[in-house]
Amino acid sequence: MAVEQPLSASAATPGDQTRIHNIGYRNYDGPRLGRSYATRSLYSQSLRGAYGLGRSIKSKVLPMLLFVVMCVPAAIMVAVAVATKAKELPADYTRYAIIMQAVISLYVASQAPQSVSRDLRFKTVPLYFSRPIETADYVRAKYAALASAMFVLTAAPLIVLYVGALLAKLDFAHQTKGFAQGLVSVALLSLLFAGIGLVIASVTPRRGFGIAAVIAVLTISYGAVSTLQAIADAQNSTGAIPWIGLFSPVTLIDGVQSAFLGASSAFPGAVGPTNGEGAVYVLVVLGLIAACYGLLMRRYKKVGL
Amino acid sequence: MYDPTVARLTYRALLGRRRALILGALPLLLIVISVVVRALAGADDQTAANLLGGLALATMVPIIGVIAGTGAIGPEIDDGSVVYLLSKPLKRPTIIFTKLIVAIAVTMVFSALPTLIAGFILNGNGQQIAVAYTVAALVSSIAYAALFLLLGTVSRHAVVFGLVYALVWEALFGSLVPGARTLSVQQWSLAVAHKVAGGDLVTSDVGLTTATVFLVAVTVLATWYAGQKLRSLTLAGEE
Repeated sequence: MAVEQPLSASAATPGDQTRIHNIGYRNYDGPRLGRSYATRSLYSQSLRGAYGLGRSIKSKVLPMLLFVVMCVPAAIMVAVAVATKAKELPADYTRYAIIMQAVISLYVASQAPQSVSRDLRFKTVPLYFSRPIETADYVRAKYAALASAMFVLTAAPLIVLYVGALLAKLDFAHQTKGFAQGLVSVALLSLLFAGIGLVIASVTPRRGFGIAAVIAVLTISYGAVSTLQAIADAQNSTGAIPWIGLFSPVTLIDGVQSAFLGASSAFPGAVGPTNGEGAVYVLVVLGLIAACYGLLMRRYKKVGL
Repeated sequence: MYDPTVARLTYRALLGRRRALILGALPLLLIVISVVVRALAGADDQTAANLLGGLALATMVPIIGVIAGTGAIGPEIDDGSVVYLLSKPLKRPTIIFTKLIVAIAVTMVFSALPTLIAGFILNGNGQQIAVAYTVAALVSSIAYAALFLLLGTVSRHAVVFGLVYALVWEALFGSLVPGARTLSVQQWSLAVAHKVAGGDLVTSDVGLTTATVFLVAVTVLATWYAGQKLRSLTLAGEE
């Protein structure tokens, strides 16, 4: 025992001396940008990414092309209105998005998977969550970014129409009212479409498959609903037309704006929903938006951890 | 020209796990809608023709064609696993041909079969409408699968371009510019369907001879060029 003690004591001494040398690195004690800054960065990067900014040339082609395709008919309409000195624009502000719905669907179908599927596929979602942002921040930033991108896409032609209408010296008050109603309608449309697109895209890590799934949901539901409406119209059961319209995103927006935003309905026979039915439309739209948000939150509670 | 192993792998990639469910949801929806329409409106030849032409042939067949055609090769090229397939002692055209057969089979099963069932539900094959649209769906399945398989080998954004063709060119341009209808798979297959049905309910803007020539030419050329593309395939990184 007496022999061992000094041994253990001498073994302990180097342990005491062992320490990580302070070689002059300093702790960061400046201001931390924090959670809201990280969320804002994610938002702005996703928004830029939705138009291919900050990505390769190839990724810019499609969103920019769709943006141009979206605006050109508006410019043509303005040119026609100015040249013919018309009293009204060829298309209502609220009607424009319904006419161009194929382009809008293609945009949301191509950009929603771009926004979320690649994060899933390359397993970068855990890296986001190792930053101070939380599930809700990620979902909100992505949702807000895609909705804003959609709003830019759908509102830009309206601005073209509005400016053109003012240049053509159309009635200022009337045009401003129509423009405001159009903006409210496309804002709702952006939120709804972005939500549906993101929910579908967040399920699959395959980009191509996500695109096809989003398009399938948007166009097949519209095709089915408009076919059923046409049949109901032919059967003279006009009461059923607004209720059938509840089952596809485009007709939902159409119904809301023809009930409350002074639009003429694109339904067969131009039978828009009444105010009571319109309230159901608004409730369904808001419910769908909330449901999309809830589903995204549920999806990202588990993902990548 | 046909390799069972490649075929098995492609079937699994196309129909594995949840994908078959999503592919199956579209035909199911068509059948549900036709049951509803039959219950609401009764058997009516014009309604049946509208529904089968507007929903089944114009929307469902192209979308399933895009999913099957690009899905047969696109994901493999995308994640780079196609090199393992290409390094096997198989001719590249054989790979393309096998994948084409699989894509055609999947498109036919998920689009032509439900069209036939929906047609029989809608009006019990009155005036040969169900059979005519089924033939159109079968014919266009072949052309769409070949076309979209080619797109899958050419571009990484094959799905988008395929959908742009199917929805913007055929649906939007086709309804605005009559000339665009001459270059549309849908109209070619309708010409064949017109021959089968014989009546005025199924019409096409293209003659039968033109349609047949175009259909065969597009299918053969697309398959041949896809084989050529695969021979000189370069793998690119993710953008």
